[in-house]
Amino acid sequence: MSETVSIVIVSHSPEVASGAADMVRQMVGEEVRVAACGGNPEGGLGTDVGKIMEAIESVWSDKGVAILVDLGGAETNSEMAIEMIGGARAEKIALCNAPVVEGAVMAATEAAGGSDLQTVKATAEDFQS
Amino acid sequence: MDDATLIRALVTACCATIEEHAGELTKLDQAIGDGDHGLNMSRGFKAIAAETDALAAMTLGDALKKAGMTLVMKVGGASGPLYGSLLMDMGKSASTAPANEAEVAEMFRAGIDAVKKRGKSDVGAKTMLDVLVPVAETVSEGGDLEAVRARTDEALEATRDMLAIKGRAAFLGERSLGHIDPGARSSALLIHAVCNVLEAS
Repeated sequence: MSETVSIVIVSHSPEVASGAADMVRQMVGEEVRVAACGGNPEGGLGTDVGKIMEAIESVWSDKGVAILVDLGGAETNSEMAIEMIGGARAEKIALCNAPVVEGAVMAATEAAGGSDLQTVKATAEDFQS
Repeated sequence: MDDATLIRALVTACCATIEEHAGELTKLDQAIGDGDHGLNMSRGFKAIAAETDALAAMTLGDALKKAGMTLVMKVGGASGPLYGSLLMDMGKSASTAPANEAEVAEMFRAGIDAVKKRGKSDVGAKTMLDVLVPVAETVSEGGDLEAVRARTDEALEATRDMLAIKGRAAFLGERSLGHIDPGARSSALLIHAVCNVLEAS
């Protein structure tokens, strides 16, 4: 199996993130690796830079990782996580400006076809309901 | 006051003011944000308080960098990377305690630039920058502690009539008017805490 772009879903709610990941797996299948993370460091609503970094690592693909986020802090914390991973790998991580559930499904569908990171990101961001 | 004593005093004062006002910060954030600012700041500063001994053994620059990283990792909201970047870049700018006002101003400016970059924002958007930037101007102009305190309070109050254009408050449009910004309030609290320590030193 050739490698595909992986997807990371970051929500303030762990349930929202894992539910969105379940939808991706059911709709797109297992060939695209998807990681879900949510919740602040104490488990309440929020996001956690460390957990986001771990989620990215857990599905790392040299082809790239596309991140979908819900609101404000999820975006800021994801940008921080990308910066902390740093180096050449940071260039292979893209934050998509798209709704988290629909964007994740669209991104994964595009990724499943073997597309590169920029195409996956563009597809997620082009989503129109 | 030597570096270790100064760091201890700064940590104690900043953590105490955040803890004391956590409820107020949350209430402000419930009005125009997502209601977690007090809790998030309290979690972050408690984690810093737990590291007081390690921080006091470092240079001021390294202590700022470490405390900033702790906020990044522990806060759980956007204020983590924002305050974290402020402290980390202040730390990078000053490896030891700044020797004069010009160095303090330079250190502060480096931290504020990092906040602007991290938040993709600037003054006038009803954020912490609306306190930090005017206060940095007063520091650059050589203002004394009284001038800094007065500018802080004035800048904080000015956020009341600003329209939010960042974060959840932005969705509220004109409903964000009439409330001071929670991030501006936490910045003001921290500046007052730092002023109190510097006055005693």
